[in-house]
Amino acid sequence: MNVCTFQTYSREETEKLGCRLAKLLKPSDVIALEGDLGAGKTTFAKGLAKGLGIQRVVNSPTFTIIKEYEGDLPLYHMDVYRLEGQDEDLGFDEYFFGDGVTVVEWAQFIQDLLPEEHLKITIKHVKGDEREFRFIPNGERFIQICEELINGC
Amino acid sequence: MKTKKDELILAIETSCDETAAAIVKNGREIAANVVASQIDSHQRFGGVVPEIASRHHVEQMTMVLEEAMKEAKTAWEDLDAIAVTEGPGLVGALLIGVNTAKALAFAHNIPLVNVHHIAGHIYANRFVKEMRFPLIALVVSGGHTELVYMKEHGSFEVIGETRDDAAGEAYDKVARTLGLPYPGGPHIDRLAHEGEPSIELPRAWLEADSFDFSFSGLKSAVMNVIHHAKQRGEQIVREDLAASFQASVIEVLVEKTARAAMQYHAKQVLVAGGVAANKGLRKAFEQRMAELQIELVIPPLSLCTDNAAMIAAAGSIAFQQGRRADLALNGTPGLMLM
Repeated sequence: MNVCTFQTYSREETEKLGCRLAKLLKPSDVIALEGDLGAGKTTFAKGLAKGLGIQRVVNSPTFTIIKEYEGDLPLYHMDVYRLEGQDEDLGFDEYFFGDGVTVVEWAQFIQDLLPEEHLKITIKHVKGDEREFRFIPNGERFIQICEELINGC
Repeated sequence: MKTKKDELILAIETSCDETAAAIVKNGREIAANVVASQIDSHQRFGGVVPEIASRHHVEQMTMVLEEAMKEAKTAWEDLDAIAVTEGPGLVGALLIGVNTAKALAFAHNIPLVNVHHIAGHIYANRFVKEMRFPLIALVVSGGHTELVYMKEHGSFEVIGETRDDAAGEAYDKVARTLGLPYPGGPHIDRLAHEGEPSIELPRAWLEADSFDFSFSGLKSAVMNVIHHAKQRGEQIVREDLAASFQASVIEVLVEKTARAAMQYHAKQVLVAGGVAANKGLRKAFEQRMAELQIELVIPPLSLCTDNAAMIAAAGSIAFQQGRRADLALNGTPGLMLM
């Protein structure tokens, strides 16, 4: 119902979208990213980090699974690709309900472990540098955030 | 056997998948180097890590430690220090190593030394050759791509790092799109030697003065090639694509390292981390460093991937420089190298 869609046409625009979302986030917000290899999940997360005032280089957490950054709010950047097909809980709740914002790449692999309230974002590679972002809010708070994002357009 | 003057260090490493313990004499001589690897189980589960939770490290830790102590014929009272990886890594994994080290240090009254994982990778080269400063180290693995300048022992300046994927990660992701088993690096290396780098792929040089890396664009370019071929109903020659991909990665890694070595007047270039096992990379580095007449050191494969001997080597220098950790030591997932 409340799904909203955004198109971006370059890496910079994808980063900017992440940056705009970041400005609306609070501690314990969870953003669940889904999208194929090369869709732009890490690029979006980099934008999110920029919006949270993080100065360090934010790079892929695929190997280490969780990377933590200090900013205006802490950012917990996860890539749970390597957890596909298992019920491995790496103490996620401490992050999800912690003092920072959590962004999870390949979030579908830990679907059952995600908190009820979260913002799901699916990213589709349309063609070339064009990407389609679908924001699917779970919970009142994220419905509001989506409305604010649309109105800000 | 230990003579009175020898320094013996026990090291523990649990920053990611591997549970490892080692005993090293005088910082450069391996008495035992035990690694409980999970690669077999990765393969069994078809390309993903089955278990990275701390539980696995807990199960392995005691066995790995006992094995190392037995192999080195070492008694607790022989040890001068215990070195342990403090970070970066996965917090649950790091904590097992850190807490084991703290418990042992406390119980046996042995000094405790905290070590940075990347410093460990760099110091793996000390088992091959003594380090000469200033030097440039390239650390390339599944989780890291970093260029580090070292003016002297214990001094690290990260002058470049990846802005997106690590080199080893790019290998694994490309391997995945080519339908190769995990871990992908060795398979691409092998295929690359059977093919020709005939497909044009980008090189990410970034800004002219930057020592940073970026492999995400290359990954996308490879996926585009596969996608377009599929659309046109053409068959991709996997060997050629692997060779082309590898040529791009290697050219950027070698050239950026060479530039850094020249700019910083390096006496040595060290390569470390799992990707340092790549044959194509080794060959390209040997050629380029021979041209520049800079000494190149690359550790043997067993010391390129995660192990505890390298932590002991780095820990030995830190120990001599007076670094000590107390029982408040914690695992630090985002630990900076400095």
